[in-house]
Amino acid sequence: MSQTITNPNPGSEPVIKVRDLKIAFGPKNGATPTVHGVDFEIHAGECLAIVGESGSGKSVTARTLIGLTGANAVIRAQTLQLQGKDLRRHGERAWRKVRGADIGYVLQDALVSLDPLRPIGREIADSLRIHTNLSPAARTAKVLDLLEAVGIPEPEQRINQRSGELSGGLRQRALIAAAIALDPALLIADEPTTALDATVQQQILDLLAERKAAGTSLLLISHDLAVVGHLADRIAVMRRGEIVETGPTAQVLGNPQHEYTRRLLRAVPTDKPRGTRLAPAGAGISVRQHALIGAGRAADTTKDRTGPVLVAESLRKTYRNPDGTERVAVHDVSFALNRGQTLGIVGESGSGKSTVARMALGLAIPEAGEVRLLGNPWSSLPEKQRRPQRKHITSIYQDPLGSFDPQWDVARILSDALPDASRLSRAERRVEVIRLLETVGLDASVESRLPLRLSGGQRQRIAIARALAPGPDVIICDEPVSALDVSIQAQVLDLLDELQREFKLSYLFISHDLGVVQHVSDEIVVMEAGRVVEAGRTTEVFANPAKEYTRKLLAAAPRLATTTGGRE
Amino acid sequence: MSLETLNHTPSTSAAISATTDSTAGSSRLRSVLRLSGLRILGAAGVLWAVATLAFFAMRLVPGDPVDALLGGPGNNATEEVRELTRELNGLNEPILIQYGAYLGKLVTGDLGNSYQLREPVVQVLGDQLGNTLVLAVLALASAWVLALGLALWSARGGRGATFVGNLLEVVSAAVPHFWLGSLLILVFSVSLQWLPATSGAPGIEGLILPVLTLAIPLAGFLGQVMRESMLTAMNSPFAISARARGESEVSLSLRHALRHAALPGIGLSGWAMGSLISGAVVVETVFARPGIGRTLLQSVLVRDVPVVLGVVVLVAAIYILVTLLSDLAERLADPRLRAA
Amino acid sequence: MNTHEDLPTIITDLEEAMTQGTQTAVIESPSGQVPPALPGNRPGTIVAGGIRRLGRGLGPGIIVPLVFLLGLIAAAVIPSVLAPSGPLDMNPAEAFTAPGAAHWFGTDESGRDVFSRVIHGARSSLLIGVLATAIGLGLAVVLGAVAGLGTRAVDFGVSRFLEVLFAFPGLLLALLVITILGPGVVTTTIAVGLSAAPGYARMIRSQVRSVRGSGYVEASIVQGRSRAFIIRHHILPNVAAPLFVLGTLGVGQAIVWASSLSFLGLGATPPDPEWGSMLSLGRLYIGNAWWLTVFPGLFIVLSAATTTLLGHGIQRKLKDK
Repeated sequence: MSQTITNPNPGSEPVIKVRDLKIAFGPKNGATPTVHGVDFEIHAGECLAIVGESGSGKSVTARTLIGLTGANAVIRAQTLQLQGKDLRRHGERAWRKVRGADIGYVLQDALVSLDPLRPIGREIADSLRIHTNLSPAARTAKVLDLLEAVGIPEPEQRINQRSGELSGGLRQRALIAAAIALDPALLIADEPTTALDATVQQQILDLLAERKAAGTSLLLISHDLAVVGHLADRIAVMRRGEIVETGPTAQVLGNPQHEYTRRLLRAVPTDKPRGTRLAPAGAGISVRQHALIGAGRAADTTKDRTGPVLVAESLRKTYRNPDGTERVAVHDVSFALNRGQTLGIVGESGSGKSTVARMALGLAIPEAGEVRLLGNPWSSLPEKQRRPQRKHITSIYQDPLGSFDPQWDVARILSDALPDASRLSRAERRVEVIRLLETVGLDASVESRLPLRLSGGQRQRIAIARALAPGPDVIICDEPVSALDVSIQAQVLDLLDELQREFKLSYLFISHDLGVVQHVSDEIVVMEAGRVVEAGRTTEVFANPAKEYTRKLLAAAPRLATTTGGRE
Repeated sequence: MSLETLNHTPSTSAAISATTDSTAGSSRLRSVLRLSGLRILGAAGVLWAVATLAFFAMRLVPGDPVDALLGGPGNNATEEVRELTRELNGLNEPILIQYGAYLGKLVTGDLGNSYQLREPVVQVLGDQLGNTLVLAVLALASAWVLALGLALWSARGGRGATFVGNLLEVVSAAVPHFWLGSLLILVFSVSLQWLPATSGAPGIEGLILPVLTLAIPLAGFLGQVMRESMLTAMNSPFAISARARGESEVSLSLRHALRHAALPGIGLSGWAMGSLISGAVVVETVFARPGIGRTLLQSVLVRDVPVVLGVVVLVAAIYILVTLLSDLAERLADPRLRAA
Repeated sequence: MNTHEDLPTIITDLEEAMTQGTQTAVIESPSGQVPPALPGNRPGTIVAGGIRRLGRGLGPGIIVPLVFLLGLIAAAVIPSVLAPSGPLDMNPAEAFTAPGAAHWFGTDESGRDVFSRVIHGARSSLLIGVLATAIGLGLAVVLGAVAGLGTRAVDFGVSRFLEVLFAFPGLLLALLVITILGPGVVTTTIAVGLSAAPGYARMIRSQVRSVRGSGYVEASIVQGRSRAFIIRHHILPNVAAPLFVLGTLGVGQAIVWASSLSFLGLGATPPDPEWGSMLSLGRLYIGNAWWLTVFPGLFIVLSAATTTLLGHGIQRKLKDK
């Protein structure tokens, strides 16, 4: 575990030095340990990335560096030094002098990390007000400089706007501006790009790289190895409160020593061909020979029919804004999904991809164009006639929890989705439920649980089991893994892949994540602002993007730099 | 790629909003103005509906209005006198004509004549309205001060704050005005003899107890709402951001949380004004203070329909006006509401 | 240098850090053996969900008010067992006796025992409170369901109608009703119920709307479920639990409003032992017999406060589950 920590400037004092940091929560005696002895140091102009999944303790560690660990946290450390000063005995007053002045802190999701009621200029000026004696006019001048420095256009106007009036990228820039106002020696960025579209994400990473080049030390906290790869000099992989591996970026990504790091790297779907397993065997997947699922399916002759199972022709949908203007959400979108295949729809937020999913499900009716299911009319049918056909097309959502009635337990959710459930006896229904649970790799004991009491991965498995229950031909997957940790995401993607081959399922797979879409899709549709920009075989589109927008998306997608010394 | 070129690539969301946001300052005002236009129209509609509903509801009052006009059911008026009275008051007309006449007069500010007092309702209410408004506005202001103070004090968390939170819940929901008023009289007038028990006479002393009686339960309610949104603010990511800049807890609550606490208070002002005027019915009775509340009560007891109708329409108008203003104020203060 | 030193415990107001620390890595369970059959756990009726959750451990926030309310209900059902004397038993010789061992809450101007009258008053206060809430909720359920389930036009219509009713704030609507129906206990009950209805209706409407727009209703539509199925199996059960809370909170408020109307002389009439009207009479003697004002009012406050606490307690329980 104890790797040699490469020091780019041997002999110089590190900006931050942490030895054997332990954090526990709860009453002083009997607190639950959360971080068990973490060591790291960062030198001037250096970037360390702490990478881990939820619950690894990475954010708690970062917050401890600014003394904001939380109420009833018990912290012990052998060394906790900032530029040679011992932070361990700092009281609240001393901490306040450090925060913002010596250490800048950028939280994730700037929409909620900036006060929605105050102009961003005031938020940024707060750092100056607290730590300097500048006059208000001088502060304003400095804020304008900062806005300029972080690449916010038209600073004179932006300074008076509030976070709700800015786009996600600009908000994140403003947040960074506030953190660097006093040019702190150390800048901590906790998932700084998580809520952002890929292209914006790239801009923010570039901005952080600029700060690094200017000599600021950077501590980057992220769940995504690919995101940190281009920026970090060194990576520390954290799991369950411990750093399991640390080393230079190229080494950790190119020649990982620890089993967990290898698992994380394997779980990244980008550039992995269709059908490659992302999770190690036995990580909870077991699609066995469950030919009995939807017993009638095997005999269903419609299954063997050729031709696409789902066809969209020139779909169009507009929504009315609150102020009466109309917004075209989807404009002239066509595609065809073949049996046993996956069609990926990729686009950034607002591209209209979710509206397409709703129209495919018959939840939104296209104003023009048509969706056809198994060669028959679908979107043009009245809901009453659509209902009996709905067993052919089911869906999985980004937020499985919201798609379950909070009062229903797993058994009820699944038996409700069974076809002709009323004709089955209680015992028969139970057998079917347990079989479904097994199919998605869950223990039968979860059947009496409420969804709220399940983990994120388990919930998505239940959602998949529910989608399988009626024996569908098509499953619409709307961002099915975007809320999951990488390793869980890998398991779910593997599961979907196995189920597809087992049951000859067709997926319409909607995601903002190019890596995921590339991994799962046979064909791909790239959408921007309601229109199809480019469509074709996934391999071809990724190898030879024809359109400027696709190229830009591909360039912005974070990608593992696995070659030695592969930064930039 | 430099930041500048990226920023001005039209397809990035940052750049899209860059073009639409450039006129944000004036568009904010414009959107609020357009909305206020719609709101004012809507408010006028509600007022018309209130007047209509109240008018037809009053037709359900049993008994011949002529009896009321002639001094109660026991009057000995001859049939000719009754007929003449009907004629004079337009009571023989079809109901829709009467309704039209009522609306027409309403627009010109004529609310008819009181059966009991034999004077125009407008005059009756005009004499009383000021008293009640002074009471209600003072109570609203005191409730605001009390509630904000409590919220600020209790938002620091801890056991004491939890206790205060529970206390506010109980006080706001459970303490009736008439009992609170009586207790205040018992303590400050009867025992301590500091303040008068009645507030008929002009002067500030007479106002203190009635204002407190109205303000305390309202402060409990407002304080609860403000405290909650203050706690939410203090625990939200932007508060962590502020702390990470070195902001102290006191400064955090004053500079950030206070605005968040005030917002729902502003939004509830219309409701609060309505409940204060309704509370004035009780409080004016307890403290024997003249006002439209007490006038309303006396008119309800003798079924003086024009006065009841007048008070109802007047109070509804005040309520609608204050709601309208507080709504607009809230929107002006909170950009998130305008987006919705 | 190797000794671990205690860092001062840093106390801030952040609670999120806590939850971050307690989340453990998700360990996916591999498929296993079929366990022995579990007893079926099918929430059957509408109320069952609420009651089932209620049973799951009650805190003091629920127990204490519950005990007081049970006592109050006992007083309402068997007042003569709990009260030392009848509510109208006069004894002029003992008029205006201060509270003491013989008369816990003292006596009034006719020498009636205030404690006995307060106990006897529980019945009418509780009855009015419960009935008025039932009237208000009943009306509100109809209005709220029509608006929540109806088309956009219906929703618009009902919502505007509610907005008009809101312009008769507080007691005003009740006073309007009493003007039409005349004073009395029955009309007070109806009046209080009617004036509470718009508030309830608005809450029920938004609750129905939010369930209707929820992910699980959408999932049910995708499964091919009919409107009737969705209303019965998703919307009703999920609206019922908050309705239960609303009802509990409403009883306390109704007791306060009804006693206010009695105090104004529009509800129960003296010498009936009703808390509001007792207080109204007691106020005449506020200078020399404080107990006539304090005790009946105290019981109004206590019963309203306990239902409020109970309601909020249940609400918290529902949220925590």
